[in-house]
Amino acid sequence: MKTPHWKLLTLVGPDRPGIVAAVSRVLLGAGAELGEASMMRLGGLFTIMLMVGIDGDGVHLKGLLESVRNEFKLRVHVDELNAGLHRRIDPDARVTVYGADRVGIVAEVTDALAQAGLSITDLRSDVAGSEDKPIYIMNIEGVAQQGLPPLEQALARLSSDIRVTIAPIELMRG
Amino acid sequence: MALRDIILYPDNRLKTACEAVDSFNAELRDFVNDLLDTCASGPGAVGIAAPQVGVLQRICIVDATRARKPVPNHGKLILVNPEITAWDGFAVGREGCLSVPDYTGNVVRAEKIRLSAYDLDGNALSFEMEGYEARIAQHEIDHLDGILFLDRLISRGADLFQRKPAKSKAAE
Repeated sequence: MKTPHWKLLTLVGPDRPGIVAAVSRVLLGAGAELGEASMMRLGGLFTIMLMVGIDGDGVHLKGLLESVRNEFKLRVHVDELNAGLHRRIDPDARVTVYGADRVGIVAEVTDALAQAGLSITDLRSDVAGSEDKPIYIMNIEGVAQQGLPPLEQALARLSSDIRVTIAPIELMRG
Repeated sequence: MALRDIILYPDNRLKTACEAVDSFNAELRDFVNDLLDTCASGPGAVGIAAPQVGVLQRICIVDATRARKPVPNHGKLILVNPEITAWDGFAVGREGCLSVPDYTGNVVRAEKIRLSAYDLDGNALSFEMEGYEARIAQHEIDHLDGILFLDRLISRGADLFQRKPAKSKAAE
């Protein structure tokens, strides 16, 4: 099988049923291959980040999606990728964070983690709770490049209103 | 040393329930030696099950001595016709599989199990396992029932089940 030329396709638009189906149907019709993807609803928008293997340049890919873009009022962005599939990195540390929502939690936590050697591979966050008393929840996975102890020390110095748990991810392969 | 080829999903043999071993003979011993060698040569492998080399019999290796960090274990175990007879607690852990390269995912497993099996001479064995070793055993015995960790994946965001964090910082 010919190795496709991979691109990262980013699509954002008002959330409504059928976006993923319409986009993937068009790409299938164009002979494109779909790779790894992250898709989720954020703030009433539906966001798609999708690896697409297809010949031609980004303009060509955008052109294929023109009718879907109009129908679903999507914004489309294409990045060329130098790498293809199978470039995943296994994380070895998981950090969970929560606290009363306030400005600066993400910056404080991720600054501390970056300085202590964590390379983030996955970060999900939510604002939950009630509208007048929101809470912030964040799940982070990453590679602890200097091991767990520096991360534990860094997190221990965070503001006292942020609750943080760090645990190793022990991969079991059998 | 004889290495067997690891078969990869979507090979349907990985989705097939295996037959119990009924002859504890030299052929079984030879096969298990190959399985041990194959497990030892698998990148980061701490266990392997017979169907992963295309043999649909209820045989597996559980070897928590190969864990990256030391964990409670019963040594390198050869388990013939293993059965889990009791389960207790649950934990989320990250699993990968020699038969599913380039993917890892979170799976819920029992924290503690009781397991019965036979050795290569047909003698009955029983173990109480916990944590990482119990996870390996459950993963391998699943293989003998045609179940892959892919059948048990939970969302990567599902961290509500976390247990025993290494360090927790919580201001009171």
